[in-house]
Amino acid sequence: MTNGTAAEMPKKVLVIGSGPIIIGQAAEFDYAGTQACRSLREEGVEVVLVNSNPATIMTDEDMADRIYIEPLTLPVIERIIERERPDGVIGTMGGQTGLNLVVDLEKSGILEKYNVKALGTSVASVEMAEDREQFRDLLERIGEPVLPSYAVETVEDAVEAGRKIGYPAVVRPAYTLGGTGGGIAMNEQELRQIATGGIAASKVGQVLVEQSLLGWKEIEYEVMRDGEGSVITICNMENLDPMGVHTGDSIVVAPSQTLNDKDYQRLRTASLNIISGLDIKGGCNVQLAYRPSSMVAEAIDEGAGYDDEGSMYYVIEVNPRVSRSSALASKATGYPIARVAAKIALGKTLDQISNAVTQKTTAAFEPALDYCVVKIPRWPFDKFPTGDRSLGTQMKATGEVMAIDRTFEAALQKAVRSMENGRGSLLW
Amino acid sequence: MSDVRGSMYLVLEDGSVYPGKRLGAEGESTGEVVFNTSMTGYQEMLTDPSYGGQILVPTYPMIGNYGTSEADVESNRIQVNGFVVRDDCEEPSHPLSEGTVHDYLLKNGIPGISGVDTRAITRKLRSAGVMMGIITPDDSAEAALENLSKAPRYGEFDVVGDVSTDEMYAWNGDAGERSRAFFDLRGRARQGGMGVDVERGIGQRDLGDNYMKVVVNDYGVKLNILRSLRARGCEVIVVPDDASADDIMAHDPDGVMLSPGPGDPELLDRSVETARSLVGQLPIMGICLGHQVIARAFGASTFKLHFGHRGGNQPVKDLETGRVYVTAQNHGYAVDAESLPDELNVSHINLNDQTVEGLRHRDLPIMTIQYHSEASPGPHDSEYLFDRFVGLMQEAIGTAPEKTSVVN
Repeated sequence: MTNGTAAEMPKKVLVIGSGPIIIGQAAEFDYAGTQACRSLREEGVEVVLVNSNPATIMTDEDMADRIYIEPLTLPVIERIIERERPDGVIGTMGGQTGLNLVVDLEKSGILEKYNVKALGTSVASVEMAEDREQFRDLLERIGEPVLPSYAVETVEDAVEAGRKIGYPAVVRPAYTLGGTGGGIAMNEQELRQIATGGIAASKVGQVLVEQSLLGWKEIEYEVMRDGEGSVITICNMENLDPMGVHTGDSIVVAPSQTLNDKDYQRLRTASLNIISGLDIKGGCNVQLAYRPSSMVAEAIDEGAGYDDEGSMYYVIEVNPRVSRSSALASKATGYPIARVAAKIALGKTLDQISNAVTQKTTAAFEPALDYCVVKIPRWPFDKFPTGDRSLGTQMKATGEVMAIDRTFEAALQKAVRSMENGRGSLLW
Repeated sequence: MSDVRGSMYLVLEDGSVYPGKRLGAEGESTGEVVFNTSMTGYQEMLTDPSYGGQILVPTYPMIGNYGTSEADVESNRIQVNGFVVRDDCEEPSHPLSEGTVHDYLLKNGIPGISGVDTRAITRKLRSAGVMMGIITPDDSAEAALENLSKAPRYGEFDVVGDVSTDEMYAWNGDAGERSRAFFDLRGRARQGGMGVDVERGIGQRDLGDNYMKVVVNDYGVKLNILRSLRARGCEVIVVPDDASADDIMAHDPDGVMLSPGPGDPELLDRSVETARSLVGQLPIMGICLGHQVIARAFGASTFKLHFGHRGGNQPVKDLETGRVYVTAQNHGYAVDAESLPDELNVSHINLNDQTVEGLRHRDLPIMTIQYHSEASPGPHDSEYLFDRFVGLMQEAIGTAPEKTSVVN
């Protein structure tokens, strides 16, 4: 079955960069965008690039056929489209900035007006991945676990919800700014307290009681899907710091070190089901919270096993684009994620894309590592000596080091040495 | 760990020596040295009967991180002749772990070696092809090669007889059932209608009214094939590798599964004969060695691959749908596409080397795959093939008169 991609392949494509460097969105998107531009030109596509940040490789003269260093705003992009008349636009290489711009271009009717196609993952898929309600519906539809949560209006109902969910439980007041009046309850007594305050604080007298995933293992899968529905995982990664610490602030190990095959495959299958459900065409990053299976064994012993409340993993987040983790996975495995994603955006299938490493085989394979990769974040605390050093859900790292070796211990030590903070290893 | 682990050596038949320290039992062991690229699932590999007669080298360097567990076995014992790893973990971390890989090998009396440059071994096997090897505590390479030359060569003797069951049995689930059942059935239970008995697990679940009866011809079957059939509501009966077609048909099955197993399919004339007699009588599914046996039953030939396909990352293209699946594989032999008769169509190919990965019969309900739809270890992408097999059996029943006419 062929999909006749050659005939429909766009001739001219607009690539949107990620703009200025900020915490959480740095050089990795330059890396991805550059790879994508090269990949598109390999296919004979005329590349138009727009990025507001001139201090990037992707804005070098020979990276694209035409380069605009302009503000990444809707009116500016519209004028570029009007002038260049590209056949398609790719925003999935430019971080959240690029992705949001494509969504805005679609919604404002600009894409339709100039007959430009959003290439790769569709805007509808992006919205489904990013909208809490739509995503929840999708998970339910494809039979993946949904984090139990109950909207309640009385303290007694909150306690009842806490009994169903188990502790710790998160209390989120509805419609309050910045989550005022919420918190994490470790037991019924705390839940009563927090729920009382939360219900009072909420404008509508309602709180959401949710299961807390604090301390669960945090596992990520980098996955890739083409227009024919073939799906592969590039790499999985395990965060040394569990749920509660931002991935960008966590030591990350690839591949996962504490999952057995059944754990690994279960989460892999869940990730693939989700990107298939979202109809992703290109790269995607799936983050999961995972509870080791002894608790599951106990749950089964108690006869409470198979329902949603007994689930051992939840999807926390899906990034329907090339992400910070993709850059890490790409370097860790040698699999050129952005290069392949760009070709998928043009309509090619995984088995039509050559494997840049072997030259003989195709991009339809899963890298098998015979080594271990450790990433350690680099924080700018030396420049902000009085800054708050506690780590949480807001990313603070401004850089990172990555080390490769045959064992975890060796890779970790190499990474520590690469931090350039005067230490030779963890011990001295 | 109280025992002192002394030096051990892996000596390949080309004379190369790889020193390391003892892992598992003391003693000497020979076998065909093969590598597997899976990053997880070492215990499933160790207990996979298809590794009978072989020394297994995982390319992934850190082995034993999550320990060993009763839930992760694929047969009733360790099946490999030896185990060669880069680094073994002495302090596993997993809630289900019951002990280290070292203790596990020790308990099963299987010798192994740790601290070896497995990457160098893999590179050698990739260029020179798989070869015989010996694990020995003796530091004399000459003596080791002498012993190796006296050992039976893989591919020249029938391993299937060693790993197959001696007696026929009805399979009702056993060790490892609970944890596996959870993974397979959680999703299904939610979608409704599976009638899962949470307390007892799928193995002991009562069969429904319309169950299929499958006879599994055991050339070295993995438990997860039995679990996968049972999970689809099949009654599972396992018969020894030397069961005749009459023995099999005496159970009045709705379908036959020819299982995976170790060794060269050219040595299995009896099994090929059995398969030939079964053709046309009822739906047949062949996995791995079973696939090769069916191909041979139709007159096709098989050949030995240079270094085999072993790992959980092999891309297979389904030629009917155009989709690519990542599959678990473990085979050293393959079916020669040129030798296939017209009535067998290639349904799947390997994207790495274009070899045959699956066959469908033009008219009869016969399907085969060279890879492992039961995974364990490996991706679960191909479980749908068990559904397809059950579908073939249901169809055959629905068209019973036609089935009779085929037999005649």
